[in-house]
Amino acid sequence: MTNRSMGSQIVRRFFKHRLAVVAVVMLALMVLLALGASFSPYTPTQQEPTNPFQHPTGTHWFGTDELGRDIFTRILYGSRVSLIVGLISTLLTIFLGVAVGAISGYYGGWMDNVLMRITDTFLTFPTIFVLIILSSLLRELPYPWLKNSVVVVIVIIAALSWMWPARLVRSLFITLREREFVTATRALGGSSVGIIIRHILPNCLGPILVSGTLQMANAIITESGLSYLGFGVQPPTPTWGAILSTAQVHVFRAPWMAIYPGVMIFITVMTINYIGDGLRDAFDPYVVHTEK
Amino acid sequence: MANYALRRVFQSIPILFILSILLFAMVRAAPGGPLSTAYRNPNVTKEQIELLKKQLGLDQPLPVQYVRWLGDMLQGDMGDSIKFRRPVSEMIAERIPNTLVLVGVSFLVTLIIALPVGIISARKPYSFFDYAATTLTFIGQSVPVFWLGLALILVFYVAIQNPATGAPLFPAGGMRTIGGERSLADLAWHLVLPVTALSVGWIAWYSRFLRSSLLDVLHEDYIRTARAKGASDRIVYYKHALRNAILPLVTLIALDLPSLFAGALFIETIFAWPGMGRLFWDAARGRDYPVLLAVVMIDAVIIISCNILADIFYGILDPRVKYD
Repeated sequence: MTNRSMGSQIVRRFFKHRLAVVAVVMLALMVLLALGASFSPYTPTQQEPTNPFQHPTGTHWFGTDELGRDIFTRILYGSRVSLIVGLISTLLTIFLGVAVGAISGYYGGWMDNVLMRITDTFLTFPTIFVLIILSSLLRELPYPWLKNSVVVVIVIIAALSWMWPARLVRSLFITLREREFVTATRALGGSSVGIIIRHILPNCLGPILVSGTLQMANAIITESGLSYLGFGVQPPTPTWGAILSTAQVHVFRAPWMAIYPGVMIFITVMTINYIGDGLRDAFDPYVVHTEK
Repeated sequence: MANYALRRVFQSIPILFILSILLFAMVRAAPGGPLSTAYRNPNVTKEQIELLKKQLGLDQPLPVQYVRWLGDMLQGDMGDSIKFRRPVSEMIAERIPNTLVLVGVSFLVTLIIALPVGIISARKPYSFFDYAATTLTFIGQSVPVFWLGLALILVFYVAIQNPATGAPLFPAGGMRTIGGERSLADLAWHLVLPVTALSVGWIAWYSRFLRSSLLDVLHEDYIRTARAKGASDRIVYYKHALRNAILPLVTLIALDLPSLFAGALFIETIFAWPGMGRLFWDAARGRDYPVLLAVVMIDAVIIISCNILADIFYGILDPRVKYD
């Protein structure tokens, strides 16, 4: 075997997980579709009042909804919302979680104590219930940026999710901070912040990425769930969850409306889960690959 | 052991205390607060609003309001619903049994299916059954519970009819047939779709977990010892392996129970099931804050109790665990 860098070994192992590779391609396609939404001849809010509940046809691929809006276009724009909420809330969650976990795990002592008590308190929140309360409250506050329900949803999801990566990163830091390379760097006069960011954090990359994919799948389900219940992204912004909740009202007249958004959520979440699975194997050199 | 349990209960008090302050502050920070609907109503005069404020104690400073609210809560008085003008405790008492029926039956169904699937998968790993179960697991874990509910309605209420009567195969909502008899069969008939929707994800998750937990245990030395002593496959799997593999599962289940209530929120909303979740959803749409606060606090207590239970179970099932 030729000498390979760690990075290329990880990439090679990831490509051995075929389903994960398929999932990456699928996700890339979804991103392209989301970006290409503007090419649709319809806009997501363009109404055709004379043409509601049309069956899927050549002109309206997924049919039209109760206001005669093109469902295919609304689903494409909906994927923008889902992907953006998923990605940004995950970045926020990981950032918060890594910051708390790193400080807690590296310094220990009273700081660890305080941060972990806060983490424990947040973990006792009944998440979905608190999300609903927060979502309806924040939108009433007199700040203009809170009028954007996408921002609200991103912030509240991150605010109630950072505890898991925080605990993970803390436990990683507790073992890593005792390792020789850390002691050596400290002996050479490395600053704590430098050690945390440049020396310990890169060693946590694998588990953080894997928990990031889990978080992203969760965030997308949470967003569509909240929007379905009416407490997520607000109309007229098209979201998969919102399309589903109108579909439920008209389930007899337009049963097809209920199918597409659900399939989209399902495919997105599944691809992200498979990518997470692939990353887990790729970063774990002890996994033996069986032919799949 | 009893000491440990007591200590855990006492430790959870400050957490509940902080949680209650946060929630109270959150709800009262809303502009207009509990009276926002009254403010928006043009028929309510300024004098009436002042009177309402006095009646509800909203003219007092926030800390005073909080202490009063907490005192009332501790005595089981959760205040009155703003929308229905009824005691919240009464409304919740009506709803809790319905939620418990839904969650309890789903939980039983989950275990009845997940345990055998996990065991069979682990006994014959990489067999056809295992691959099929693994694939279904991935699907089950990725399907959002609210869409599954809707899809079930679509198939079993809209699309497929009972060939004999032409009526829908299963009801799409409610707990009992309106005007019908209050029979167990009727309840079971109404339970089929909601329970299915609620259980699928959990079946996937637990069967998967039990499979990997069993596979881990099967590599242990004591399993080899048992085999070497001539124990039959049955004895090895069910007496030696399963007992140890099920340990982490019990803890996991205790920790997960609260999430079952979160799933019930969606299912109750979709199937118009008159439980706590549906009550919460209605209250959230009507900004009925006393109801919201009460439901969230009850759920927080459930979560903390489940966490404590998980630890205690672990100690009972695994004598190696020592409590200090």
